[in-house]
Amino acid sequence: MNRSITVIEIDGQAVPFDEGQTIMDAAMAAGIYIPHLCHKPGLTPHGSCKLCTVDVDGRSVSSCTMPAVNGMKVSNNTPALMEVRKSITQMLFVEGNHLCPSCEKTGDCTLQAVAYHLGMLDGHYPQFYPKRAVDASHPEILLDRDRCILCALCVRAGREVDGKEIFAITGRGIDATLSIHSESGLLGDSDLSVDDLAAHICPVGAILIKDEGYEVPIGRRTFDLHCIAEPGLEPVILRKGDHTDA
Amino acid sequence: MRNPKVRVATTSLAGCFGCHMSFLDMDERIVALLEQVEFNRSPLTDIKHCDPCDIGLVEGGLCNVDNVHVLREFRQNCKILIAVGACAINGGVPAMRNHYSLQSCLEEAFLNEIGVDNPMIPNDEALPLLLDKVHPLHEVVHVDYYLPGCPPPADAFVKILTDLLEGREPSIPAEILHYD
Repeated sequence: MNRSITVIEIDGQAVPFDEGQTIMDAAMAAGIYIPHLCHKPGLTPHGSCKLCTVDVDGRSVSSCTMPAVNGMKVSNNTPALMEVRKSITQMLFVEGNHLCPSCEKTGDCTLQAVAYHLGMLDGHYPQFYPKRAVDASHPEILLDRDRCILCALCVRAGREVDGKEIFAITGRGIDATLSIHSESGLLGDSDLSVDDLAAHICPVGAILIKDEGYEVPIGRRTFDLHCIAEPGLEPVILRKGDHTDA
Repeated sequence: MRNPKVRVATTSLAGCFGCHMSFLDMDERIVALLEQVEFNRSPLTDIKHCDPCDIGLVEGGLCNVDNVHVLREFRQNCKILIAVGACAINGGVPAMRNHYSLQSCLEEAFLNEIGVDNPMIPNDEALPLLLDKVHPLHEVVHVDYYLPGCPPPADAFVKILTDLLEGREPSIPAEILHYD
């Protein structure tokens, strides 16, 4: 096949890409880390968390939704962008109830890992302490909305991989919430199975598999041992305990 | 003339003293530290009120009016105030009560809990009034530096104090930065 080589530049590094790839796709293929929470390869990009914001020729764009175009000059790892991303992460922390010491997901949490990567030491903003409902009705899966960041990964995993319409984000703005498509609105009455990708894809501690929270001790978990910016971690993040360090 | 020692005060507010325990986990390194610092108000010295200090380490968030009073005393007296640990930074585990009304927390603990004898909500006037919600320190006073962790590892205490004693802007290396 006769194909001309298409290349973008990320922080001065030439990165090849195929037609149709986004900036994020090209960066991931080249082992360049762009912070992100709502993106997972294989699922339709959502573009909602804005952590993957990069500067392209002077304009800020979401790299998970922006198609790569030959010759694009992308700034990713700049102090200004890192500072903006830190502020976004701080807002995510204060808007929910992200109390890491009491969360089963600690050490395997992508939100936490991104915050470590960005050097976040505090929440900066006033805490919201929202009151959100816990749904423990499912025998094998717990939904704790306190920690939900509305990334919609579970929505998309259900729809696009599991073939089930279980999760949806309803409401707007500060009233947005993760809703369950079942008669009672409870997870226990949905057909979510522990084998579904949607049950495992949550980047935070909002959707948890019951009875395995502490199989890997704190201190030996993925982000206790690895920085999220390390290439090749993406498959490991999905299922804790599957990596060789565990 | 010998340089006067750097004066450090510490306290635990709505915390569990775990951060203080972790501080002491620096083990023999505290000997070298004591060459340079002296402790003022602290559970380690039992001094009850702050003299003017260089550094204040505050563990725990704010759950009652006494916590707020002590925090303000620290802010007034300490040139540099450090919020130590998860509770000081975002309320931590005590802030889990923010999900419920104060009244229902008190009723659960002192009236309805299994095994409660002589059910009664304590109301002795010596008890500090509880705040409606638990708050992190920075919502009440200006905080200069943050030391996350539950607790922060001893190495993080050594690092932040060494940085300050040597006149550097404190930084916590990624290897010892954690929130749990």
